[in-house]
Amino acid sequence: MSKLLEVNNLSISFTQYVQGLNRHDSKVITDLTIDVDEGEIVAILGSSGSGKSLLAHSILGILPYNSHVAGEIRYEGQVLDQELKEKLRGDEICLIPQSVNFLDPLMKVSEQAIGECKDENEHKEKKLRQREIFDKYGLDESVDDLYPFELSGGMARKVLLSTALVGNPKLLIADEPTPGLDAKSVKETIEDIRNLKEDGKGVLLITHEIDVALKTADRIAIFYSGYVIEINNVENFKNSENVLHPYSKALIDSLPRNGFNLTEGVQPLDEVSGCPYYENCPIRLDKCEKNKPELIDHKGIMIRCFNFEEVNNGT
Amino acid sequence: MSETPWYNRGLFSTLNLRQKTLLTIALTGLVLVVIFLCGTFIDANLPTDFTARMKPPSFEHIFGTDWMGRDMFIRTIKGLSLSIVIGIGASIISSIIATLLAFLASFNRYCDEFVSWLIDLFASIPHILLIMMISIALGKGAFGVIMAVAFSHWVNLTRVLRAEVLQINTSEYVALSRKFGRSKLWIAKEHILPLVLSQIFVGTLLVFPHAIMHESSVTFLGFGLSPHEPAIGIILSESMSYLAMGAWWLAFFPGLALLIVVLLFDIIGDNLKRLFDPSEANN
Amino acid sequence: MIKINNKKLAKFLGFKAIRLLILLIVIAAISFIMIQLSPIDPVKAYLGQRIVSQEQLAIVGEYWGTNLSLGERVFGWLSTLASGSMGFSLIFRVPVTEVIMQKFTASLTLMVVSWLISAVVGFGLGVLAGAKEGTWIDKAIKTYCYILQSTPTFWIGLVLLMVFSVYLGWFPIGLSVPIGQLSDTVTFWQWLYRLILPAITLSIVGIASLTMFTRDKLINVKKSDYFLFAQARGESFWGIIKNHGIRNILLPAITIQFMSFNELFGGTILVEQVFAYPGIGQATVAAGLRSDVPLLLGIVIISTIFVFVGNLIADMVYQYVDPRLRGEDDE
Repeated sequence: MSKLLEVNNLSISFTQYVQGLNRHDSKVITDLTIDVDEGEIVAILGSSGSGKSLLAHSILGILPYNSHVAGEIRYEGQVLDQELKEKLRGDEICLIPQSVNFLDPLMKVSEQAIGECKDENEHKEKKLRQREIFDKYGLDESVDDLYPFELSGGMARKVLLSTALVGNPKLLIADEPTPGLDAKSVKETIEDIRNLKEDGKGVLLITHEIDVALKTADRIAIFYSGYVIEINNVENFKNSENVLHPYSKALIDSLPRNGFNLTEGVQPLDEVSGCPYYENCPIRLDKCEKNKPELIDHKGIMIRCFNFEEVNNGT
Repeated sequence: MSETPWYNRGLFSTLNLRQKTLLTIALTGLVLVVIFLCGTFIDANLPTDFTARMKPPSFEHIFGTDWMGRDMFIRTIKGLSLSIVIGIGASIISSIIATLLAFLASFNRYCDEFVSWLIDLFASIPHILLIMMISIALGKGAFGVIMAVAFSHWVNLTRVLRAEVLQINTSEYVALSRKFGRSKLWIAKEHILPLVLSQIFVGTLLVFPHAIMHESSVTFLGFGLSPHEPAIGIILSESMSYLAMGAWWLAFFPGLALLIVVLLFDIIGDNLKRLFDPSEANN
Repeated sequence: MIKINNKKLAKFLGFKAIRLLILLIVIAAISFIMIQLSPIDPVKAYLGQRIVSQEQLAIVGEYWGTNLSLGERVFGWLSTLASGSMGFSLIFRVPVTEVIMQKFTASLTLMVVSWLISAVVGFGLGVLAGAKEGTWIDKAIKTYCYILQSTPTFWIGLVLLMVFSVYLGWFPIGLSVPIGQLSDTVTFWQWLYRLILPAITLSIVGIASLTMFTRDKLINVKKSDYFLFAQARGESFWGIIKNHGIRNILLPAITIQFMSFNELFGGTILVEQVFAYPGIGQATVAAGLRSDVPLLLGIVIISTIFVFVGNLIADMVYQYVDPRLRGEDDE
């Protein structure tokens, strides 16, 4: 049976004008491959501002005009083209946005959870569903008439989650659901997302917080400089022995000191001809400088590193 | 650059956006310089030809002739040239005022409040009325109208510069300079002025179209240049008397020419702004 | 729906009233001094080409107060103002207040009509251009606005006059009231008929700036996170424009339209001159050209109030309609 979501070799780049009006093409995501199954939570872990959100935008078909996309996305085996994206988004595929900024500042939150309706009947129906979900998350009726700016941090997060659930989706994309939240709210968020899994929904979690990814996901994809360099099961992340990529190892080793956060680091900004991690890699090979490793399957772990390619070929 | 994107195909397909912007600026600038130079070589006392009075446009007189048989095309060019001179004068003076006030505002809190108050004050009277009043106070004429336009057009640039200066003033190197005991004047001259120079330059150019338009408007109303001057405002105000007779060319062409000149200045200003601030080009 | 906090409103209006008062005193004093400093001799400008004797000159001069010091004259003028009088118009030979009342009412109709036209058309075009950003519709609207913003108001008036009045003969060439008819016997239709061209001219200029403003605001909304999210939720494009776009740009657009009273008044002066519309604009020009100082100063004051009221309404719209500001109680 086909997976709920499959992303194959997705690349996204932008054309921009910089000082003096010179054209500049920048590649944000390169050759990204990932999949999510029903009842599974897959986390994409990468430093903030590295462009991981664009994966979500690409799945939902809301990338800006000056972007160029290559690769393929499949939903339940079907190629997810723009037409299908527009049909499914909001119903089967829903986004849980990262902050209250994603809500219309001048619209009452209950109306936003309900969303656009064709007629009065649909509105009534959805109003009931909205109330049900708000109740589930402990938002009483007084919250319905609030504007986004009147919500507290915890309330806002619940409202944002509710907006995604009114349509009863199969796939949820949570884009940085935790930044700026206090420890208690983070814990609740993690629980809420885990509960979605129990309901059989697939969740793609995009985050820069390792701790959140570790506590929430079943599998974690490490996103580095526009590339997915490793996809591994969450259990293997408990110990740096069990992850393969040198960057993943470094990441786990640095965990306590760095306060569970991925630092900005020195990820190359310009496109490099070889492995993106070449500069910092302790186990680099000569060919890593000029050749790009592919994402390969190494005993069930997806890894982008020449070291494992050779081992793989050898066996 | 591997592939030509759709928006770069066509006439200037080999140029990138930067080159296109520079080319636009150069071409429009050239047109304006030609108009200006042509105007300066035209004698203010145009030959009158009473045998060719009130002639509609023809190959001989492409803009037609007026009631004294003067060629309207030559009158228009002369008028535009005068408008450009007045526009240059007024925009430069207004930029100087704006710069001085912006620096004054950065001096201390009271100065800043005074400048804000002055901005509010000048924005509280209708523009045209303000220009009329200043022009009357200065005895009308070229001097009056240049000053009037200059003194009514500094507001926007002052706002922009004030914010900019304020921002630079809070930067670390200015704080460092202050620690070294540099005077406020020294900091303004050495640190701030070089940084806002491009904005002053663009700001001056952006005032230009408004200056020309307002000059012709107050002249049209009778509060600007004197009726003896070959100004577009005067030409258009004269044309009012002949409109009912159907002499449409007296008003149409000079006004259109003025519109084109204003538009050209607008284009230069916008393109320069984009060159200095590329964020707009990404849209 | 809108709950108004009366205490807050009273405080707000009181504060604004004091500001207006200070503003008026300063404006009145400055404009008076400016006129007094003018090298244009008010007596000569007033008398024009008429030949008068020395004695007559002295009498007129005394009327103008040319024999007093500047300070005394400023003080005199301000105290007259404080007593509620703006003096006597030299051209119309009635109190300035009366002239202004009559002329301003006539202009107000013109201004309100064109203000409403430009509001509706400008907002509509702005939404259309912003929504269709980058398409030929947007480019056409943008070009139209770009050109209009570079066009002197009075020339638009002249062109419309040439096309519709002279060439097509649909409208009269000048005069708001038919010759030989008293203004109060003019029928509504006659009046409306004469209002059309000036109102259209005046609104055309307002349309351009409002359209560009609305377009930019809508494009900003389109770049916002909530617009993106609405799209991600599968809402239809025009549904989002309606539900989120217009919802978020209507208030700033209304505000900017109220803040345009400055340009509106300026435009009226030019338009009335072109169409010989007997309103405050024509009175301004006449007062300026013929040195009717009391009237001119009166007009400066009334126009300042007019602009102030526009800004005040704009302020209030924000304070009392936007839920983000409405709820704020100032302690």
